[in-house]
Amino acid sequence: MRRQIPALSALLVVAAVLCVLPFIVSDYNLSLAAQVGIFFIGILGLNILTGYTGQISIGHGAFMAIGGYTTAVMSRDHHTNLVVTMLMAFAICFVVGLIVGLPALRLSGVYLALVTFALAVSVPQLPLQYSTFLGGSGGVQSHRTVGNLWVYTAAWVCSAVLFVLAWLILRGRLGRAFRAVRDSEIAAVASGVELPIYKTLAFGISAAYAGVAGSLFVLAANGFAQPSEFDVFLSLQLLVGAAVAGLGSLWGILAGAAFVGLLPQVSTSVPVIGAQHGRDVVFGAAVILVMLLLPDGFAGLLTRLRRLARA
Amino acid sequence: MSAQTSAIAGLRARGWTIDSSAATVVLLLLAAAVFLLIGCLRSTNFAQLTVQGVALGAVYGSLALALVLVYRATHVINFAQGELAMLTTYIAWDLMEHGLSYWAAFAVTLAIAFALGTALEVTIIRPVQHRSVIATVIVTVGLFVLVDGVVNWIWGGDYKFMQSPFGNGSFTVGGVVISHLYVGMVAVVLASVVLVWALFRFTKLGLGMRAAALRPAAASLVGVRVDWMLAIGWGLAAVLGAVAGLMAEPSQIFLSPTLMQPILVYAFAAAVLGGLESPAGAVIGGVAIGVTLTLIVGYVPEISSELQLPFAFAVLLLILLIKPSGLFGRREVRRV
Amino acid sequence: MTALLELEDVEARYGPVHVLHGISLAVEEGSVVAVLGPNGAGKTTTLRAVSGTVRRAGSIRLAGRPLDRLGPAAVARLGVAHVPEGRGTFSELTVWENLRLGAYTRRGSIQPELDRVFTYFPWLSDRRRQQAGTLSGGEQQMLALARAFVHRPRLLLLDEPSLGLAPVLVAELFRIVRELNEEEGLTVLVVEQNAHLALQAANAGYVLEAGRVVLSGSSEELRADDSVRRSYLGY
Repeated sequence: MRRQIPALSALLVVAAVLCVLPFIVSDYNLSLAAQVGIFFIGILGLNILTGYTGQISIGHGAFMAIGGYTTAVMSRDHHTNLVVTMLMAFAICFVVGLIVGLPALRLSGVYLALVTFALAVSVPQLPLQYSTFLGGSGGVQSHRTVGNLWVYTAAWVCSAVLFVLAWLILRGRLGRAFRAVRDSEIAAVASGVELPIYKTLAFGISAAYAGVAGSLFVLAANGFAQPSEFDVFLSLQLLVGAAVAGLGSLWGILAGAAFVGLLPQVSTSVPVIGAQHGRDVVFGAAVILVMLLLPDGFAGLLTRLRRLARA
Repeated sequence: MSAQTSAIAGLRARGWTIDSSAATVVLLLLAAAVFLLIGCLRSTNFAQLTVQGVALGAVYGSLALALVLVYRATHVINFAQGELAMLTTYIAWDLMEHGLSYWAAFAVTLAIAFALGTALEVTIIRPVQHRSVIATVIVTVGLFVLVDGVVNWIWGGDYKFMQSPFGNGSFTVGGVVISHLYVGMVAVVLASVVLVWALFRFTKLGLGMRAAALRPAAASLVGVRVDWMLAIGWGLAAVLGAVAGLMAEPSQIFLSPTLMQPILVYAFAAAVLGGLESPAGAVIGGVAIGVTLTLIVGYVPEISSELQLPFAFAVLLLILLIKPSGLFGRREVRRV
Repeated sequence: MTALLELEDVEARYGPVHVLHGISLAVEEGSVVAVLGPNGAGKTTTLRAVSGTVRRAGSIRLAGRPLDRLGPAAVARLGVAHVPEGRGTFSELTVWENLRLGAYTRRGSIQPELDRVFTYFPWLSDRRRQQAGTLSGGEQQMLALARAFVHRPRLLLLDEPSLGLAPVLVAELFRIVRELNEEEGLTVLVVEQNAHLALQAANAGYVLEAGRVVLSGSSEELRADDSVRRSYLGY
C-alpha cells in the first residue's frame, strides 16, 4: 500500500487553515488544536511501527513519559532551552526505543501487546519510586512555561517536519523493508531483509516520535510532568489513533489524531453522562464502533470512497 | 497395527509427553514447594506471608484462568477481563445494598456475569475475531475504557465498603495466624476452578467446547455448534473473572474502580507463565506470582509495594523471552 | 425411488474462484458411490458442498430434505458424517474423546454404538486413552472412519481415504468400508484418487473433470469404459 501523497493543493489548504487558526479560535480551542498536533506526531510514529512492521505496542505512552520528563527535568535542573530538550527527548527515546525493540524482536502479536501494556502500566510507577530525581507523585515543574500559541506552533511545525521525515524514510529502501516485514516475515528474510535491524529501527523511530510528542505534551500542561498524566489511557489513545488512521494516508493520521485528541474533550459535554465520565464511556464506545465498522481505519474508508468516485 | 517396542514409545502411546523441559518444570515446582515448606516451618512471618501470597495468588490465578479460557476459545486476549470483573463486583455490591445476602448476591452476580460474557462475545468479538490481532486488541481495549467509564458513571469513583463474607476471625496454627478471609479466598477460587475443570473434562458440552477451540472446522463436521461454544467460553470466563473480583475486594477492604487494574497485569504474567493455553498453568502461575510478590515485598526492603507492578512486568518479559510457551506450554506429540 | 442424496446443478466457489459448474449426481440408499477425476476436478469440493463447508448454490437434498442452506453442524445433525481430507481427527484429544465427539449429536448412552465400533476396529479398544496424534497415519484414518461410524450416519462422505497410506492399509480400509456398507447398510460417497480400489468397492461412480460430471454409471460400466481405463486405471 503506497503512502498516498496528498495533492499539493490539499496540503496548501491545510497549511493555510493551520496558519489562520490562531487568529480565529479561542485560546481554549487553540489548545485543543495543539493537542491534535501532539497526537498527530505520536500516531505518526506508532503508525510506522504498527502499520509498517506490524508490531503492536500499547506502551508508547511510556515513551511519551520519557520524553516529557526529559523536558521537565532538563528545564528544571539545567534551564535548558525548550527546543533543545525536545531534541534531547527525540534522541533519548530513539535509543530507549532501540533497546526496547531488541527484546520485542522475540515477541509478536498478542505477546508484544501484553508486554507493552505491562510497560505502559509500570513506567508511571517509576517516578513514584524514585521521587527525589523524578518528583514523585508531585511531579516535575520545568523552569520555563509557554503559552498555547507556542505549543500550537511547535506542535504543527514538528508535525510537518516529522511527516516529511517519515515520508522520506518510508519511500526508500527502509520503507520497502518495513513493508516486507509486515506482509510476510518469512518472505522478507528469504529476500535478504535483515529483520532484526528493521524491526528494531521501527521501534526506535516510533519511540523518538512519541518522545517529541511527550515533550510537547508536558509543555502544553504548563511545563508540568506528573505520573498521572502518563497513564495507560494515553497509550490506548495512541494505539486507537493509529488504528483509526489506518495505513498509508496522511488524512487518516489527521483523522486519527482528531479522533483521540478531540473526542475526550467533546464527550465531557455529553448531556446525560456528565462531565468526568462522559470521556471514557463515549471514547470506549466510539472505539469499539469504529473498529467494528471501519476495519481498515480511516485510510481504508478513503480508499473505498476513492474507488467509488472513480467507478 | 504398528509395533511400539521401546518403553518410552510405550509411555508416549499412553499419552505422556516426556520431554526434558517438562521434567525441569516439575522439578522446579517441587523445589519451590520444598523451599516454601521449610521456610514456613522455620519462620512464622514467612508462613504468614506465604499464606497471604497463596490467597492473593488464587485470585490472580482465577483471573488468569479467565484469560486463558478466552484465549483458547477465541484466540483473543481480553484486555478488559479485569474491568469486567470489577464491574460484576460492583453489581454484587449494588445487589447487597438492595438487601440481598452476600451469597445470594454472589450467585446472582455469577449468573449476570455469564450472560454478560456471552453477550459480549456475540456482539463485539465475533465480528472482529477473524481479523487482525490489532482489531481484536483495540476492541477489548475500547471495552476496557468503556466499562471503566460506565462504572464511574453509575457508581462514582469514591470508595465503597463491602462486607467481607468470611468475617474477621482467624485460625492459629502453630503460631501462624491464618485469617478466615485467606482460607475463604482460596476455597472459593478452588471450588470454581474445579467446577470449571470438571465441566471441561467430564461433560459432553465441555468436550464440545474443547473441540471447538482446538479445531473449529472439524468440530462443526461432527455437529458441534462452534459459535455457541465460543460464546459459552466467554461466559464462563466472565464467571471466573467475577469470582476473582469478588474475592479480591475484601483483601483491598474498599471497592473502587481501580480494583482490578494491577491484578490484570499479575494475571497476564500468570497466564503467560503458565502458558497461554494451559488452564492448570494459569492457576499455578497465579499462585506462584502471588507468593513470590508477597515474599519479595516482605523481605526485600528496596522493593516496596509500588514496584510490584514493574516487577511483574519484568517477570512477564523474562518469561516471554526465555520460554514463550510458558512453563506448561503444551507441545502435542504429533505424527506427521 | 428417490435416492438418499441428490445433487442438482450444484455450483460452488472459494471466494471468487468457481470450482463446481453444475454438478448433478444421485446416491441410492445402501450403495457405495465413487467420485473419480484428476486433481483439481472438484471432487473434494463436491463433498464439501454436501456437508456445507463451502459456499454453494443449487439443489442438494438428503432423502428429499434440502441441505443447501445449512451449515456443517446442521448437516451433521441430519445424519451426514464427513471424513475430510486430513481426516479431521483431534490429535490433541484421546481416541475415546474422538469417538465420543463422533457421537456428539446423539443423545443418551452411546455404548451400543461403541461396542459396534469395537467389533470392526478391535484394536481401538485398547488405545482408548492414547492421544490421537500419536497414532500412525493408518490408525488415524481408521479412527476417523470409526468416529464417523459412531455417528450412525445415514450418509458417509469419505474424502481421499487412501492418501498417504501404505497399500496394505488402504486395502484393509476399503474392506472395512465394504463391510460397513454390507452389514450395516451404510451409504457411502467416496472421493478417491485410486480409481481401481474405488471402483472395486463401489456400486456406481461419477467422473469429474474441471467441475463438471463427464461420465457416470455403474462400476462395471466405468471399469469397461475406454477413457476411464486409459486415464485412471492405467491400461
